Amino acid sequence: MKNTAHINPLENEAIYIIREVAAQFEKPVLLFSGGKDSITLVRLAQKAFHPAKIPFPLMHIDTGHNFPETIEFRDKLVEELGLELIVRNVQDSIDQGKVREESGKYSSRNVLQTTTLLDAIEEFKFDACIGGARRDEEKARAKERIFSVRDDFGQWDEKNQRPELFDMLNGDIEHGQNVRVFPISNWTELDVWSYIEKENLEIPSIYFSHKRKTFLRDGMIWTASEHVYREDDELVEERTVRFRTVGDMSCTAAVNSHAATISEVVAEIRISTISERGARIDDKRSEAAMEKRKQQGYF
Amino acid sequence: MEVLKIATAGSVDDGKSTLIGRILYDTKSLTSDKLEAIEKTSKQKGYDYLDFSLATDGLVAEREQGITIDVAHIYFSTKTKSYIIADTPGHVEYTRNMVTGASTSQVAIILIDARRGVIEQTNRHFFINNLLRIKEVIVAVNKMDLVDFSEEKYNAIKADFEALMSKRDYKEQKITFIPVSALQGDNVVNKSEKTPWYKGDTLLNHLENLNTIDVYNQGTPRFPVQYVIRPKTEEYHDFRGYAGKVYGGELSVGDDVVVLPSQTKSKIKDIYFYDKKFQTASRRSSVTITLENDINVSRGDMIVKADDIPTIDKQLTATICWMDSNQLTTGGKYVIQHGVNKVIAKVDKIHHKINPDYSGINTDVTGLDMNDLALVSFKLNKPMFYDAFENHRTNGSFILIDTQSNNTVGAGFIK
Repeated sequence: MKNTAHINPLENEAIYIIREVAAQFEKPVLLFSGGKDSITLVRLAQKAFHPAKIPFPLMHIDTGHNFPETIEFRDKLVEELGLELIVRNVQDSIDQGKVREESGKYSSRNVLQTTTLLDAIEEFKFDACIGGARRDEEKARAKERIFSVRDDFGQWDEKNQRPELFDMLNGDIEHGQNVRVFPISNWTELDVWSYIEKENLEIPSIYFSHKRKTFLRDGMIWTASEHVYREDDELVEERTVRFRTVGDMSCTAAVNSHAATISEVVAEIRISTISERGARIDDKRSEAAMEKRKQQGYF
Repeated sequence: MEVLKIATAGSVDDGKSTLIGRILYDTKSLTSDKLEAIEKTSKQKGYDYLDFSLATDGLVAEREQGITIDVAHIYFSTKTKSYIIADTPGHVEYTRNMVTGASTSQVAIILIDARRGVIEQTNRHFFINNLLRIKEVIVAVNKMDLVDFSEEKYNAIKADFEALMSKRDYKEQKITFIPVSALQGDNVVNKSEKTPWYKGDTLLNHLENLNTIDVYNQGTPRFPVQYVIRPKTEEYHDFRGYAGKVYGGELSVGDDVVVLPSQTKSKIKDIYFYDKKFQTASRRSSVTITLENDINVSRGDMIVKADDIPTIDKQLTATICWMDSNQLTTGGKYVIQHGVNKVIAKVDKIHHKINPDYSGINTDVTGLDMNDLALVSFKLNKPMFYDAFENHRTNGSFILIDTQSNNTVGAGFIK
């Protein structure tokens, strides 16, 4: 290896941002979904503070409808790396009567997470939440700052955002406000996959080709599960698929794929003509679906 | 992979979003689901062409009003480079967004409507890109289809722009003119047959051929300490690492350094990137440094080479771009964030406003309004370690933070 600390501009930028969080805030947390973006964040945080431990916990908002493979993976990763993990459950918010379960054909717990997340932020008095959202994912996210201030109600004021100049990050906030931080804002899906390949990171098995019981709706491949509403005429078939994003079973569609290794996945994404969020049913609710959810405090 | 950040500037309706949409479309960067969404919405609006601006105007208010309100970031890549485009609004009142977009970019594209030529807004766009010392500027003369791809028209616009160039401060800025039609795709990605008189590159080819010298980092090495790493484990019991990003130049093991503000001398002992040691830390790498001596270093301190120390002073004068609806006035107190360091600053004197259209200065000023540019002197509560912006883009710039609202209210370029 060449004896100069190498320039990967995106990696260096992300490490810089994560260090700013640790330095500027009292109680940061890393929002961890078990997906590839948050796995990447964990590696970046390790790099930022080595040889010290990551100086903040991870938090998972569990909808209860996650793929079991993701949860297994999450617990294994946390144990191996000796990290602190906080889990808060959407089911508890439902049981407390704070949110009501959606019903019908397109019901999902995706939107309900927001309440659980905001409650957890208040419970632990988190002042900064690090997340793996990327600007290339979706057009409302393309407008997002790296340090994005949220008010007491967790709301995003998209028309009145702080300007972000140079690489200076202004984390000054009032008591009760918090900041959402997006260290991999400038990464694309392909950047994330290339990084996972280069760093040889482990990821949940559902990202790779596997056989799964699925059904078709609106041209998308849905998982057949007790958590996903299905009409009688929607026939279940076994298909060879993988997932490009890891969300709730009820809002994440699969894609037909034979990519069984990371390099095959990277090759597949390089030639793909569908965007990653093209398989996110939650974004299809309307053209402004993401913007609306973000205003309400969605991650 | 090299990463190139590009800022765009143009007036309303110059076709900025259309140009970006065209680049995405012709480089096949628009995925079929995004393209379908654009087709669907274009049809709903009754257009007989694809409205590419729908790909970038991400907010409801933007789509309703058909304008860009806030900076959007757009990504695409070719075999050689990754590109990040900051799509900045063209409205006068959103000039602060233009400064913001340009502050992180290495290249700027200024759009001119071929029918209207160089207008007052063009002066502003050029002035700001020159003020921010963007090394590469591309002047895209757009809507050539509406002037019959006329060489005379193009040359007249070029001559008008060149007249502006003679007034600029930063003379080394490289400027390239390209005649394009974003709507029809001429000279954007594909070479146009309608401009046989134009011998230069297409817009994309020009970007592809650029040498991505990172213009942020010109100057000498500066290492602002971001975070002190003290693992306090058995294995690393006495480890004291200084985490930060290297700006301006390289730092190597064995370099004689000085820590500011204490001015304590030491030597670089080790350079870490994650779990590996390196001999040299290159520009813009986020490393962790250890020093030979056990000295007290904390966040906001700066490690520099012993033979190349920046200005250390409790006052400074800078060109300010004011970005807040509340006025900046003499005597006002703000926080200056200079990299990762924060000091309290009091406005000592507003010397004059600078008209951002090359029409001179205005010495009759009581306060600064949003989008004003002015030369301002500050007194600081503790010394800052800075360089002039013209010598060091990173160590010569800062942001102003309002102590009440905590908002970022201005940007400063140190004289």
